[in-house]
Formats: sequence, C-alpha cells, structure tokens
Amino acid sequence: MLFISDFLTTFASTVRDVLPIAAIILGFQLFVIRKKLPAWPRLLGGFILVIVGLSFFLLGLERALFPIGRLMATQLIELGESSGGFLWVYLFAFAIGASTTIAEPSLIAVAMKANQVSGGAIGVWGLRIAVAIGVAIGIALGAWRIVSGYPIHWFIIAGYIVVVIQTLLAPKLIIPLAYDSGGVTTSTVTVPLVAALGLGLAENIDGRSALIDGFGLIAFASLFPMITVMAYAQFAEFKRARQAANLTTSATNTQAEDNSNAF
Amino acid sequence: MLHSFISSLRDLAPIIAVIAFFQLVVLRSMLPDILSLLGGVFMVAVGLSLFIRGLELGLFPIGESMAYAFAKKGSAFWLMAFAFCLGFGTTVAEPALIAVSTEAAKVAAAAGEIESSKQAQSAYATGLRMTVAFSVGLAIVIGVWRILKGWPIQYLIIAGYIIVVSLTFFAPKEIIGIAYDSGGVTTSTITVPLVTALGVGLASSIKGRNPMLDGFGLIAFASLTPMIFVMIYGMVL
Repeated sequence: MLFISDFLTTFASTVRDVLPIAAIILGFQLFVIRKKLPAWPRLLGGFILVIVGLSFFLLGLERALFPIGRLMATQLIELGESSGGFLWVYLFAFAIGASTTIAEPSLIAVAMKANQVSGGAIGVWGLRIAVAIGVAIGIALGAWRIVSGYPIHWFIIAGYIVVVIQTLLAPKLIIPLAYDSGGVTTSTVTVPLVAALGLGLAENIDGRSALIDGFGLIAFASLFPMITVMAYAQFAEFKRARQAANLTTSATNTQAEDNSNAF
Repeated sequence: MLHSFISSLRDLAPIIAVIAFFQLVVLRSMLPDILSLLGGVFMVAVGLSLFIRGLELGLFPIGESMAYAFAKKGSAFWLMAFAFCLGFGTTVAEPALIAVSTEAAKVAAAAGEIESSKQAQSAYATGLRMTVAFSVGLAIVIGVWRILKGWPIQYLIIAGYIIVVSLTFFAPKEIIGIAYDSGGVTTSTITVPLVTALGVGLASSIKGRNPMLDGFGLIAFASLTPMIFVMIYGMVL
C-alpha cells in the first residue's frame, strides 16, 4: 500500500514536470503548425512510457540508492576527519561520479542521438565513458577544493582555458557535442548525491560555510566532461593517424577512409 | 523489452559495485537493508528501460517532426517563439532549480543582501527562478538562431565564458558558487532529449547544415546563460 501511494506521489510530480512541456508542444502543434502529428497514438504512448519510466526510476533512487549514498558520504567524511585524511572521500567522489553518470538517462539519450547522427563513428559507450571520467574527475577535484578551501573561480577559469585550448586542437565535429556533454551529465541521478556530498563536506569541516562552499560541485561536474570528451576525440584521431601512417605504404585508399570519419 | 531491461541492469551495475565496495571494504559494515536496496535497483532498472523505449517512440520523433514542420513552414518568428517557450517552460518548473533558488535566497539573507524575512526570501527566490528560466529560453533562441545561420559554436561559447569570468570579479562572493551550479541544474531529463532532437532535426532539414556540427550545442547554451544571469541578478539586487 505504501508503495502504491509513494508511486502515485512521484508519478504526480513527474506529470507536473512534464505538463508545461506537453502544453507548449500541443499549443504550437495545434495553433502554429496546424498539421496533424503523424502516428500520434504512438507518440502519446511514448510520452506515457517516458513519464511512467521516469517515475519508477526516481522512486527507486529515492527509496534505495539516495539514502545509502547520503549515509555513506557522511560516514566517509567522519572517517576522514578521525583519520586526518580525506583520500577515501575523494575516491568515493570519483567512483560515485563515474558510476552515476553511466546510468544518467539524459546522457544515454544524447549518446544514442550522437551515434545515430555520426553514422556510428561515435560509439555510445565511448561517449558515455568519456563523460563519466570527466564527471568523476570534476567531482573528486571539487570535493578536494571544498576541503582545501581554495576559491572556486580559479578552478573554473583554469578549466575554461583548457577548454578553449582544446577547442582549437580537437576535431571540429566533436566540439558541439563536447560542449553539450557538460550540461547533460548533471540531471536526475548525479545532482542529488553530489549535492549531499558537497554540503556534508562543507558542514563538517571547520571554517567552511555550507552555503558558500557547499555549492560548486555541479559546476565542476559540468566542466570536466567537455575536456574529457574532446580528449577522447583527440586520442581517437591520434590513433587513427598513426594507423594511417603505418598503412601509407600499402594502401592509400584506407587513409582517405580514415580521414572521412576522423573519430 | 527484456533485452533493454538487462542493459539497464548493466548500466546500474557500477553504482552497486561502488556502494558495495565502500560499505564492505572501507567502512567495514554490512549493507543496511539489502532487500530494499535490491528492490530499489529493480525499480530503477525497470524505469530506465521504459524511459528509453519512450524516448525512441515519443520524445525523439516529436522533437524531430516539429523541427521539420518549422523548417518547412519557414517562419523564423514562430520557431524562435517555440524555442523560447520550450526553454522557459521546461526550466521554470524544474525541481532542482526551485531547490537551488531557495538556497540562494538563504545565502543572500545570511550575507545581508536582502532582509531575512520569509517574504523577502521567497520574493528573491521567485525572481531568481524567473531570471534563470528566462535565460534558458534566451539560450535556446540563441542556439536555434546559430543553427539557422550556421555559425561555429565555439566563438559564441568562448564569448560566453569571457562574460562569465569578467562577471565573477564583480558579482557578490556568496552568489558565485550558486551561479556556477545553476548552469548544470537547468537541463532536466526530459528537456535534454527533446532539445537535442529539435537541434538535430533542424540541422538535418536545413540545406547546408551538418547535423553533427550544427545540430548539437543547444544544451551548451542552456547551461551557460544561467551563470551569467544569476550573477547579474546577484549584482543588481
């Protein structure tokens, strides 16, 4: 019984989140485009699946994963305080950042789309793993920043400089996708866990204010994936270029093919 | 369906492994309430596979078909209006944004920027929420405009970074962390697939645009403008 009422509450709040989007789509469809949507029952079915799926997803996270995640964050922080080092906290931040990103639904969506648009040149898993590593580095570094107390903007500015330099060097086709992957990583799964970690750290360490220092982890988590995704493309291109160089004597055709899908 | 359920379980396996490792090896305690944990994981996996199925059936096709319809209609005005509404509408009700703006009001009150009364705080939070929603609407408009024009994304984004960095030196110190975070929280699980499908759909239906090069990037704008507008909001108030 409790489960059913919990589910209905989550379901209702998901519907409330989706309602404005549905209203906008419907309004423009009816009054501006004025054309019947092709196969609308299928689209409606898809919409319902999205809402029901998201409700299950959120309910499962809230009932099982978030409480444990938050509890572990506090326990690890206590452990770090008593032993004088926060190494385990950083490792936890890294591991939880990477693993939650792999399960992030909006990242899956973007990876599917990128795979389709690039004709398979960008692997779904390649992109997801590159982003996951970026989030992991970002959150671990962000946690370290909270403990060490350095001002956040120096890290962010340094990150921006790296992004700009990489933009000049990375294959052109990856750039928009890399920029996008900053924003998509932090939605349903990562934000609640990461926010709990940041606030917990800031509350437990002397001289830190939860309000000023507790924030900023999300910013780190959305900066570093840009760097790792571009690095992934650069690495893939480098590998291809070397392969191509090895093959130049045998066949020039393959080289042309290599260049056409640069990553 | 079974296949997608299994791949969802595989997506979740790393989280379970991390939790188990840190519980058993580092904290050296048993997992509390294993049954409820497993039940939760089961639900998350079911939800994820339903969501992905719905994505393919509903969200992607609708985003694309609207992009084609707008491209065929050829009215930039209505496309921009749609882009703005989509950005504004999906952000204004975003739970993560509501939470962040409430926190921001507390920060502002603690720093003495506004009165600490409940009323002043809630007015501040609502104002902030509207500011962010407006900035996301504007972001999607700029992003869609860029797709129409075929401008390279990096110049716009780098210009945005320069604005963010310069504002950082003028904005009140308390707002900076929140401003930086607000970029990440505005893009929800439903917005991302829709907006991505819209961008890719537009880029593939307009002649001379490459969906890979021009279709992506809308989310990047949506996570950049909130930082700028939240800092301006903190400076003005």
